[in-house]
Amino acid sequence: MPFIPHTDDDEREMLSAIGAPDIEALFDEIPPNLRVTSLDELPAGLSELEVMQLMAARARQDGRASCFIGAGAYEHHIPAAVWSTITRGEFYSAYTPYQAEASQGTLQSIYEYQSMMASLTGMQVSNASLYDGASAVAEACLMAVRANRRSKAARILLPRSLHPHYRAVTLTTALNQGLAFDTLPFARDAGHVTLDALAAHDGEDFTALVIQQPNFFGVIEEVDALTDWAHAREALVIAVVNPISLALLKPPGEWGAKGADIVVGEGQPLGCPLSSGGPYFGFMTTRMQHVRQMPGRIVGATVDADGRPGFSLTLQAREQHIRRAKATSNICTNQGLLMLAGTLYLALMGAQGLERVAAASMARTEELVRALTAIAGVRRVFARPVFHEAVLTLDRPVAPVLAVLAQRGIQGGLDLIDHYPELGPALLVCATETKSSADIEAYASALSEALRPARAA
Amino acid sequence: MSLGLREKLIFEYSRPGRGARGQWPGAPAGAAAEALPAGLRRRRRPLLPEVSELDALRHYTRLSQLNFSIDTHFYPLGSCTMKYNPRACNAAAMLPEFLARHPLAPIEQGQGFLACMYELQEMLKALTGMRGVALSPLAGAHGEFAGVAMIRAYHRARADLARDEIIVPQAAHGTNPATATMCGCVAREVAVGADGDVDLAALRAAVSPKTAGIMLTNPSTLGVFERRIEEVARIVHEAGGLLYYDGANLNAILGKVRPGDMGFDVIHMNLHKTFSTPHGGGGPGAGAVGVSARLLPFLPLPIVGREPDAERERGAARPLYRWLGERDLPQSIGRLTGFGGNAGVLLRAYVYMRMLGREGMRRVGEYATLNANYLSARLQQVGFEAAYPQRRASHEFILTLRRLEQEYGVTAMDVAKRLLDLGFHAPTTYFPLLISECLLIEPTETESKQTLDAFIGAMAQILREAQENPGQLHGAPHTLPVRRLDDVRAARELNLIYPGPA
Repeated sequence: MPFIPHTDDDEREMLSAIGAPDIEALFDEIPPNLRVTSLDELPAGLSELEVMQLMAARARQDGRASCFIGAGAYEHHIPAAVWSTITRGEFYSAYTPYQAEASQGTLQSIYEYQSMMASLTGMQVSNASLYDGASAVAEACLMAVRANRRSKAARILLPRSLHPHYRAVTLTTALNQGLAFDTLPFARDAGHVTLDALAAHDGEDFTALVIQQPNFFGVIEEVDALTDWAHAREALVIAVVNPISLALLKPPGEWGAKGADIVVGEGQPLGCPLSSGGPYFGFMTTRMQHVRQMPGRIVGATVDADGRPGFSLTLQAREQHIRRAKATSNICTNQGLLMLAGTLYLALMGAQGLERVAAASMARTEELVRALTAIAGVRRVFARPVFHEAVLTLDRPVAPVLAVLAQRGIQGGLDLIDHYPELGPALLVCATETKSSADIEAYASALSEALRPARAA
Repeated sequence: MSLGLREKLIFEYSRPGRGARGQWPGAPAGAAAEALPAGLRRRRRPLLPEVSELDALRHYTRLSQLNFSIDTHFYPLGSCTMKYNPRACNAAAMLPEFLARHPLAPIEQGQGFLACMYELQEMLKALTGMRGVALSPLAGAHGEFAGVAMIRAYHRARADLARDEIIVPQAAHGTNPATATMCGCVAREVAVGADGDVDLAALRAAVSPKTAGIMLTNPSTLGVFERRIEEVARIVHEAGGLLYYDGANLNAILGKVRPGDMGFDVIHMNLHKTFSTPHGGGGPGAGAVGVSARLLPFLPLPIVGREPDAERERGAARPLYRWLGERDLPQSIGRLTGFGGNAGVLLRAYVYMRMLGREGMRRVGEYATLNANYLSARLQQVGFEAAYPQRRASHEFILTLRRLEQEYGVTAMDVAKRLLDLGFHAPTTYFPLLISECLLIEPTETESKQTLDAFIGAMAQILREAQENPGQLHGAPHTLPVRRLDDVRAARELNLIYPGPA
């Protein structure tokens, strides 16, 4: 019996203490007609050895490709110390820190995380993390409606250049609560949101403007002008940012004259493996004036009965276990362990290390774009500066080309045809500090080869 | 116990110019960063630690030692199912190929991973008696959101537009009413009878053409099995509503009775409880949802599909497993997650289920129930009062300390904090709100009789202390890194981030 320690003697003594003849008797309150008769559809149990052999075979089946896909999940080096520390049982197998005295390790690390994220984003407060970047955007929109009392509209402007999955999650989450969303187009030549695009909404009542920096295409937005435009209309600004990029790019707290109001994003680049999409963590920071509208756990420093410093969950009156139907959100977890990975990553990298990662990623992407656009039929789409991603077009449909590359062990990027058919045969590519010049040359040579036969024909 | 003294903040170890330089990539090959327009650049560096790798490692190792955890302490936290998290689950999910796989990578390079996900869906279906499962919700409350959103979508698709009330029993988890609100519904509470079961007369009075559904946990949050569940299902279904199963307590009935057979239309499962993925100090979780036939079209995206055998026999060259999307499920409530869900958590749950197999699953429910009933019986023998002494405990049970409170002024909080001193994590306190001065105790199946006996001994000691020296309890804990914290001050004088060096 895996993981069940009872001996026959234990079992006998326990049943006798209960006064029950056998374990079956303990289920005598369940109507007999409801009882499970067979579990035959489930497989028989495996030993640890057998299950590890099975999993190793499954993992080998997937292999390891050279990955040039970004689109919201980024391959970065993760220091070995990050996961060896956070998988210590004392972190890995602890619960939410409700019993503060027995959870000071978790609580203090959250406080440190909050401090790092607030500073990185240029804001005053942070929560203890949310599920992922997409759900953080959805929560930010709901929060903006609570926080912006001047607007009556519950209406949010979402750029079309926002990550399409973030947009989808926001709609799934918020439409049930009656929020409305308008879409802002991107400039076809440069890929960013222009003031011209915003002009259509002049004089309208809306709650908030969402700005993703860099946007889904990797393009860097004119955040100052956009922020000031929204603030001049009494709307809030929700910034959606890549945390690594903030080592180099202006933090949202300094956008425009007053700074963004709510900052969210995907924390995955900070120490979390790609892992087929999760677990990652979403982050959220804001101004002190909005802290009571923020969803999720928050840790505060305080003192104990002897006046010694310590940490506890605070502002719990916002949360579901106290407010129930009136809570700011139904959320009751944070992504504790991933948030901790992010904290360790930031502690090990520091500001300078993070700058190096950001700059190396930008440089590799520039190198990649240069190498690929040197191939006939491959063109760069947007003229504006990018962070570590770029959109390219091919002279033919993208999917078959990606399939050829995949056979050579190269994941060449994301085909944009489903999300942005207006761009034609477009491809979103990404390179980070993990890619070498040799990797980039290998990609370029494979792409060049993949594109050759049709040209010859 | 390794609980040491206070550890200073990581920032307090900083020295300008220090850093874990071995982690930094080399100088960039190009000048892309320098070419950024000045107006878009960061001017001041963020306040991040400047520490060596050893500084950071030592600091976070020391912080870990300030925690209680399953690996170090018995953790009888009711409603949370703090069972052993097998290390094999972690080792398998951390295989390098799984870690390196991009969520948008071609499915051809993910058939191993997708096979695990598909089989996980199938095993969860078999175990719960549901017709379809989606794995993407990232936590229990996220699964609840998906479930109630599906209930709403179902009514809407039938043009049954007035149904916006979700019925929840008085004792429900706080997430239930909060989820109802998040889905744009109104939560309506129904009373629970003195025996712990839902008051059927109150339920009959509560249902109406406005009823979208009811959210129930079974066994309930009171730690007893809702015996008239079939009648509850009949009342709600006849009123046109659907039944939602909150899977928080699934561990109690694993392999013994299935939500699908009880009449539930939609359920969420807390894989981090029942299927033993780690709680990680507050996450990540995974809140897979299961549905009956009528809700199949509304499942959240994406889910993993398997190519029908007929297609393959016809020689289709497509991979066996793929993500199903909007084209496959046009009526779906949509996407809830950036990608396909907490894949690493799902892999851990998959490995756990494969190790247990069908026999192991059944024993989970059996031994979780045996442990809870044993603990309940013995604690009553040593003088504690059960909230529902006439009922069988499920996998958890409630003690009420109202007599201790009245006679000695000792509260549930005092007992909880004193348990920490004695080396046990506290049970859940003051939940459900219905029972005054309560402890909700869930031992789980992975604890031995000897551990339970030690806990009973500690509880007996606390009972004696309540009578002889209640001050000892009011002041507890005494032996931890901190004593009781001033929560009022924490909320009133908000100190949420490190202000920087003095």
